[in-house]
Amino acid sequence: MEALISSHILTIVTFTPAVGALLILFLKRGRLRSIRAVAVVMAVLSFVFSLHLIAHFDNANSEFQYVINIPWIPSIGISYSMGVDGISLFLILLTTLLTPLALLASWSITDRAKEYFIFLLLLETGMIGVFASLDLFLFYVFWEVMLVPMYFLIGVWGGERRIYAAMKFVLYTMIGGVLMLVAIISLYFMHGTATGIYTFSYPAILQSLMTGRMILAPNVELLLFLAFFIAFAIKVPLFPFHTWLPDAHVEAPTAGSVLLAGVMLKMGTYGLVRFSLPLFPKISHFLAPLITSLAIVGIIYGAFVAMVQPDMKKLVAYSSVSHLGFIVLGIFSFKTQGLEGAVFQMLNHGVSTGALFLLVGMIYERRHTRSIDEFGGLAHRMPLYAGVFLIVTLSSIGLPGLNGFVGEFLILLGTFGVSHGRAALAATGVILSAVYMLWMYQRVIWGEITNVKNELLNDMNLREKLMIIPLLILMVWMGMYSSHFLRPMDAAVARLVQRVEKQNVEFALNPK
Amino acid sequence: MNIPAVNIASIGAALVLAVVGIVIMVAEPFLPRAQRWLTGWLALGGVAVAALATYRMQGHHGLWYSNLWDLDDFTIFFHYVFLFIVGLTILASMDFITREGLPQGEYYALLLFACTGMMMMSGANDLMMIFLGLEILSIATYVLAGFRRKDLKSNESALKYFLLGSFASAFFLYGTALIFGATNSTNLIVIREALKVPNVEITLAFLSAALILIALCFKVAVAPFHVWTPDVYEGAPSPVTGFMSAGPKAAGFAVLFRIFLVAFPALQDRWSDALWVIAALTMILGNVIAVAQPNLKRMLAYSSIAHAGYVAVAFAASSPRGVSAALFYLLAYSAMNLGAFTIVTILSRSEDRLVTLNDYAGLAAKRPGLAALLSLFLISLAGVPGTAGFAGKFFIFRAAVESGYVWLTVIGVVTTVVSFYYYLSVIVQMYMKPAAEEFQDLRPAFSWNIALLIAAAGTIYLGIFPSGMLERTLSAVMSLPH
Repeated sequence: MEALISSHILTIVTFTPAVGALLILFLKRGRLRSIRAVAVVMAVLSFVFSLHLIAHFDNANSEFQYVINIPWIPSIGISYSMGVDGISLFLILLTTLLTPLALLASWSITDRAKEYFIFLLLLETGMIGVFASLDLFLFYVFWEVMLVPMYFLIGVWGGERRIYAAMKFVLYTMIGGVLMLVAIISLYFMHGTATGIYTFSYPAILQSLMTGRMILAPNVELLLFLAFFIAFAIKVPLFPFHTWLPDAHVEAPTAGSVLLAGVMLKMGTYGLVRFSLPLFPKISHFLAPLITSLAIVGIIYGAFVAMVQPDMKKLVAYSSVSHLGFIVLGIFSFKTQGLEGAVFQMLNHGVSTGALFLLVGMIYERRHTRSIDEFGGLAHRMPLYAGVFLIVTLSSIGLPGLNGFVGEFLILLGTFGVSHGRAALAATGVILSAVYMLWMYQRVIWGEITNVKNELLNDMNLREKLMIIPLLILMVWMGMYSSHFLRPMDAAVARLVQRVEKQNVEFALNPK
Repeated sequence: MNIPAVNIASIGAALVLAVVGIVIMVAEPFLPRAQRWLTGWLALGGVAVAALATYRMQGHHGLWYSNLWDLDDFTIFFHYVFLFIVGLTILASMDFITREGLPQGEYYALLLFACTGMMMMSGANDLMMIFLGLEILSIATYVLAGFRRKDLKSNESALKYFLLGSFASAFFLYGTALIFGATNSTNLIVIREALKVPNVEITLAFLSAALILIALCFKVAVAPFHVWTPDVYEGAPSPVTGFMSAGPKAAGFAVLFRIFLVAFPALQDRWSDALWVIAALTMILGNVIAVAQPNLKRMLAYSSIAHAGYVAVAFAASSPRGVSAALFYLLAYSAMNLGAFTIVTILSRSEDRLVTLNDYAGLAAKRPGLAALLSLFLISLAGVPGTAGFAGKFFIFRAAVESGYVWLTVIGVVTTVVSFYYYLSVIVQMYMKPAAEEFQDLRPAFSWNIALLIAAAGTIYLGIFPSGMLERTLSAVMSLPH
């Protein structure tokens, strides 16, 4: 029984939300309470199932675990193949944790709620699928399928410029995605020609590359790398591919922003870690100076732009550009600390920024504005909210003892080992993040109440507390006991570093 | 004198449809006006019997009737595709014909005759036979396009289609005459053997192939021979437009594949290059111009041009895998496009009045089911994974990369992104704009629901479980004489 569950657990985790969507489809649209209940219950179920993943995870094993492999389109080597390692494990957990919270944050949605909850659940299935897929075709399917629910969430339930933002989001992501598809197909044929085995299986292709059964010519490797990289860089988003992000974030409903920042951006960085580095290590090394430069520009530029935003959501959105720059920097340090820091920071950013968007959503629901100068002195009326907001802010700016510090520290450590200058430049981003976050906090929470509309605000209710408590616990837990989260990553990251470093030595000896 | 081998069963399906078509025409005058809707169900019954006859044709593979008729898996595959298309078209038309007060019997009879013509095209092994099938199909379709005879646009549509169609037919005949001059035969297999002889008139054969290619490019509406399409599609009655965008296109491609794979493999290098250009041009023009269309029927016309471009990519790849991907795509395209046109028919109301994008504003709030289904068909046309459209495109691009057409593939995927814009624009109207009207005069009719159900099921099934159908299409291609 245990073995049976373990061998199908990824399917169960991935498709539980989709089953929920199907159930909601058969509910009458007027039955708002049932719709919400089904959505939350199914998302929580998915979370509970995903706990099985961590409970039975073998930390010492660097291979993929809980592997499922079922032929799907056997004639051309496509299979329904899933598995997790230490890198994807926590990203799946992050997804299954944030989605129920995002659902709870959606109580204000009453217009066409049925469709709304269906789309949110389908989105969750898509996101988990991306992190769990081991077949390149399957990965692509989830990668693209996810766009549709997100498109509707922004476009139907978003703010004033929602149609523009939704369309921009889809077209940007699509253009990167389709080029990646061409690269995937090309890789498939090159693998087929080199080994005689035509398969989209990621482990198989990686194995052939590692053992040298399949060798990519440098110019081919460059083109393939770029096709993958652009798709991921748009998703991250890495400067200068970031312009869709502020629009999408500002217009999206709260739950959309939470999942967009919390999970979807991680798909870009996850793609870099999972595919770009191991598949194309030489070109990754070759282009690392350029990419880390873009990352640093993103860190500093994002921070400066965040500083001057009058809109809280937009501020958090630009802070994401800055934070995600850190993650990319860590990835392209190719060092164990840098990579572990990057993966850890992916989780941090999901938790902290997810919490920030939830908090912004709470006062938006009360006041229907997110403009910073509309607020001030909220501490007088909403003391609990002010306290929570403070913890989240400190977590986001990397106060030691909370989660953000660990990730940033590891990334800077990793980067420092490669280039002192880059590490120093990136560190200014940490300082700047303290400036814009604390300044925003000060303007919104401290001071006297200047706007009479803020006189009657209620503090957080039970549902809102429920939403935020798990994230607060995680912030402290991840900050205090970071090894609980880092140890399961060790084996997978070590393997990745080994793969990349080996190529680096060869690259240094023979650059062509 | 030799009496050619007669095998009625080998042409069973076409025969059934022709007979049922005649029966409908004879029976109609005897039916009271109020009962003439029965002819629609009679036609549908004919389609079902023809499907059964197609199933019975399985055991009769081979060349029949003095090698005029070649029954193989390819023929049978297309028989099923045509029956699927005509069946869906009949279902989509029933309430339309009643609503518009158009003559019932003739309409269904013409559809069945058109299908007979398409079936002849798919199995004919001789250029003259193909021409006969082509004309049977075309004449029936000309009349269908102008079926709303009091409507100026419908008349314009029929006349344009007729003039340009005749033009294309003339090209086809010229090509046939030239190849007869070069090889002394119009039989595809004989032509192929003749072209293997070293001292054959290869220039003449090449010219002939070019003329036939042009004729068929007209029929399947690929650039630069596509200009008739938008006007014809816009003017024709909506279900007829749906039929024209699927049926004759599939039949045209069936003939294209058969002629060029069976008769002209010797010239493959040359027509592959030509098709490269045609495919690239078609995908770009179709998708880019579709962006600017406020009229949904015109938009779908340009989108159908673009989709013909994707099929042309598969054909340019000129491998069995490529052609099998094209076959798969034609079927997938039929399901999703007929589904989309059925909804266009339902929403256009009497006299096809409401066909601009704005008329769809707010549909999702008032008619969530219809809006959801149209969205499904549109995202399938755009090629979102999990739908038939994506599976088809994926197989095509896979085959194109296999044949080394990486840049053509890049053009293909980039134009796909362009297509997202205009397909999503319809969804923007339906879901993200306030409702301009109540959509109360929509009668949900039984036959429409069935048509939509079948189209949606096909779109999703082929998207998630494409494997079995892909095998079938491959065996269909492999069964062509070679």
